[in-house]
Amino acid sequence: MMPFDWFTIAPAMPEIFLACAAMGLLMVGVFSRAEVAARSVSGLAIAAFAVTYVLMHAAKAGEFQHAFPKGAVGFMFIADDFAFYAKTLILAAAGFSMVLATDFLSRKGINKFEYYVLMTLATLGMMVMVSANDLLSMYVGLELMSFSLYILAAFWRDNLKSSEAGLKYFVLGSLASGMMLYGMSLLYGMTGDTSFEGIALVLANGLPSQGHDVAVTVALVFLLVAMAFKVSAVPFHMWTPDVYEGAPTPVTAFMATAPKVAAMLLLIRVLYQPLMVLEDQWMQILTFLSIVTMGLGSLMAIVQTNLKRLLAYSSIGNVGFMLVGVVAGGTQGIQGVLMYLAIYLVMTIGLFGVLLSLRRKDVFVEELADLAGLSRIAPGAAFAMMIIVFSLAGVPPLVGFFAKFYVFSAAVGAGLTWLAVLGVLFSVIAAYYCLRIVKVMYFDEGKFRPEASRPSHAHWVLCAAAVGVIVLSVFIDRLDAVTEKAAGSLLSMEQTFAPKH
Amino acid sequence: MDLPLLSSLICVPLIGAIFMFTMRGEADIVDRNARQVALWTSVFNLALSMVTFMAFDASNGHMQLVEQKVWIESFNINYHLGVDGIAMPFILLTALLTPICILISWQSITKQVRAYMAAFLALEAAVIGVFCALDFVLFYVFWEAMLIPMFIIIGVWGGENRVYAAIKFFLYTFIGSVLMLVAMLYMYQASGGSFDIQHLATLNFDPEAQKWLWLALFAAFAVKVPMWPVHTWLPDAHVQAPTAGSVILAGILLKMGAYGFLRFSLPMFPEASAYFAPLVFGLSVIAIIYTALVALMQTDIKKLIAYSSVSHMGFITLGIFAGTVESIQGSIMQMVNHGIVAAALFMLVGVVYDRMHTRDIARFGGLVHTMPVFALVFMLFTMASVGLPGTNNFVGEFLILLGAYPVAQVPTVLACAGIVLGACYMLWLYKRMVFGEVRNDEVRALTDMTVREKISFAPLVVLTLLLGLVPALMLDMSESAVQTMVDNQKLKYQMEPAQLALAEQMKGTDK
Repeated sequence: MMPFDWFTIAPAMPEIFLACAAMGLLMVGVFSRAEVAARSVSGLAIAAFAVTYVLMHAAKAGEFQHAFPKGAVGFMFIADDFAFYAKTLILAAAGFSMVLATDFLSRKGINKFEYYVLMTLATLGMMVMVSANDLLSMYVGLELMSFSLYILAAFWRDNLKSSEAGLKYFVLGSLASGMMLYGMSLLYGMTGDTSFEGIALVLANGLPSQGHDVAVTVALVFLLVAMAFKVSAVPFHMWTPDVYEGAPTPVTAFMATAPKVAAMLLLIRVLYQPLMVLEDQWMQILTFLSIVTMGLGSLMAIVQTNLKRLLAYSSIGNVGFMLVGVVAGGTQGIQGVLMYLAIYLVMTIGLFGVLLSLRRKDVFVEELADLAGLSRIAPGAAFAMMIIVFSLAGVPPLVGFFAKFYVFSAAVGAGLTWLAVLGVLFSVIAAYYCLRIVKVMYFDEGKFRPEASRPSHAHWVLCAAAVGVIVLSVFIDRLDAVTEKAAGSLLSMEQTFAPKH
Repeated sequence: MDLPLLSSLICVPLIGAIFMFTMRGEADIVDRNARQVALWTSVFNLALSMVTFMAFDASNGHMQLVEQKVWIESFNINYHLGVDGIAMPFILLTALLTPICILISWQSITKQVRAYMAAFLALEAAVIGVFCALDFVLFYVFWEAMLIPMFIIIGVWGGENRVYAAIKFFLYTFIGSVLMLVAMLYMYQASGGSFDIQHLATLNFDPEAQKWLWLALFAAFAVKVPMWPVHTWLPDAHVQAPTAGSVILAGILLKMGAYGFLRFSLPMFPEASAYFAPLVFGLSVIAIIYTALVALMQTDIKKLIAYSSVSHMGFITLGIFAGTVESIQGSIMQMVNHGIVAAALFMLVGVVYDRMHTRDIARFGGLVHTMPVFALVFMLFTMASVGLPGTNNFVGEFLILLGAYPVAQVPTVLACAGIVLGACYMLWLYKRMVFGEVRNDEVRALTDMTVREKISFAPLVVLTLLLGLVPALMLDMSESAVQTMVDNQKLKYQMEPAQLALAEQMKGTDK
């Protein structure tokens, strides 16, 4: 055991700061007047995100990547480029979801400061998750995120659907957490270690007996199921449409973005670091998951009439495409997933910007049919949404094309041309539901008629996303460089874990 | 030349489209200004394309006016543009047809004029991009980008069944394109990391892999051409699209598929092209004869012309895959000709549709009495479509058949039957619509073509006759590029010595 050293916690300063900030925000909320509490807490939370981001840069410039040493080998916490990239996305997603939330919440009379504190805590949990280098810190992060999200889903407590969503999410989420714990304990039992390096070393050097092997495989399956649940991969996706539909729309916007990043990157880290040796075993499962997730997500989105459910299935489909990148592996595959996540984030935030900016009185659009004739009522919003939706369909020159381009290119590069062919065929199915949205907005006559009101924050977020979708594809080279570095940092770790022959 | 001409050709329409969205004011005035902006932007682009043509050296068979900038470094993707004699005619055609499309939509489009005009300009930019792109990814980007404005044009300003037609158009094209995407990625891996079209054309891909790659690209291009049996989106799209949409669809978008064959399938996969040539011949002949028969039985004018397009495109695919210099030259010529003639025919339909709001052939009759100028122009383009000597189509079809005969006798002979059928449906259409007594009061009340309409037809009339009488104008442009392509790739057709001798002999008599 090393003596306590300031440098051993320095890489985790951003998280430590955010944790303190969350406590501070709680105090601010409690001790300020009720009318201004929510407003000041939300403002301060966004400021805290910004400070966290600055601290991340500072921590990255430092000498050390690892924090919280544990025993002889291993650290609880790692702040590599991979984690840095993930945290940047998470903070951005959380910040934008917060901006999107205010108008909706105050119109529904639930603009409470606790909402923002919970979001801050969830964000903290995600940051810990993607920086976890040990089963324990991983679980702590995961649960901090999950619990905050359970409460957020049920935040609109007077609304039956919201309460139902919260409960459903809680019950199913706990089940997944339980499986994860079980998998973790088995893995610990067989390898005698909880740190990622330690597990990787033991697995690489071979387990003592056949029985150990079987138990590790079981542990792997449990862990995969739990993580598949968190990223909502088919067949563990059942909660997604219900929770997305029931939860208040800003919460859905949050859940569809930041936790997706955290869960997907956690999945990658766990598979490509401690469990890399078991690649042959998890590869089959993951390939299957990616195919059914692409397929079911894209197909089911076609028949949805509720926009939030449609977006839920669309996000499931997108997870399927991302999993193609995970299956392809290597720097290219991981990089593909990282690109996909960033691009998916921009598009999803933009789409929720539509949902949260169009309303008549206090009723926000929710059904697909509500968008009918939007191109004549709100041409700007309709155009922005059309751009984003075409991007979602993967039509170049919009940036959504590059998301798919990178993962499929990685798949072809890894010799999985058949998977790429399946993927592009599913993307045609996905294009159909995207066309349906455009059709409703542009070709149909409307009844809902959202009022042309003073632009809210959500309008600006929508516009920013639409511009981002166009501009990002011109400057895609920048994103390419950043993600390549991030993917490289993850896989350079993998080298050190590789079995010694 | 320091000015990046090709980039300008792509950017000018885009700037026009973006500018339109900055216009503020009353709806009427915005609409009027949008029309003007669109017209002058596209006319300016036409002038720019002329400048490009001047700067272009037809005797050089290689890429010219090349521009290159790094786009995505790690993938070796470049913003790489250039033209050769194969691409140049289509850039000119696009630049010519866009202002015409805007002119003929002047009054027939009344709702959301600004968005309509912007969509047309965006379409022009994307299509010119397709013909200039020398990087496969860039090509794909433009290729797909063109779907968005076209989808909107059909879906918003189309006929009663427009939604179905628009979605069918989009999905058909998209499914072909995504397979091309996978092929593109595979070629990137197989070539050791290059998306450069010129570089890819110099490589020898493994013959087995070539077959799969060829098929994947065939899926993309055959849908676009369209070849039988994936042509079914075309009649729907044509019938439902507004007139200008049909014009651009028939005039240019269909050519993109055939251009793809010339730019990718033939040079990159010579073995697979030779292997699959009989398949293409078969599909082409079916397209020529079957769709001509279908066209014969149509009661809707637009549908008739749409099917005739499929039939005409059959000649073009036949000529391309016959792979001789003559037949490819003929195909390029014929692509341009069809771009002019089919565009004009759709415009003619538009002229009467704007007046009578019907496309039912039976409702017309005796138009020669009420619309003499219309009847004259229609006559010219009917004759051109039939392939009468003196019109441009004759030259193109003749060259195709001449070049294809030594390589594929039976398909060529059958294709000749298609010419006869083509004469049948076009002349019969003309007879039913134009000749005879004035059918009803509606026809009696018709007024002849307006000045605006005459102006929009004028360039097409001139070109039809000019290219018919002086085909060298067109053939010289593409000759050295085609020669280079054929020489470079040494298309390995399994020709018997006797056939080769025959081909040589025919070449001799030609001269």
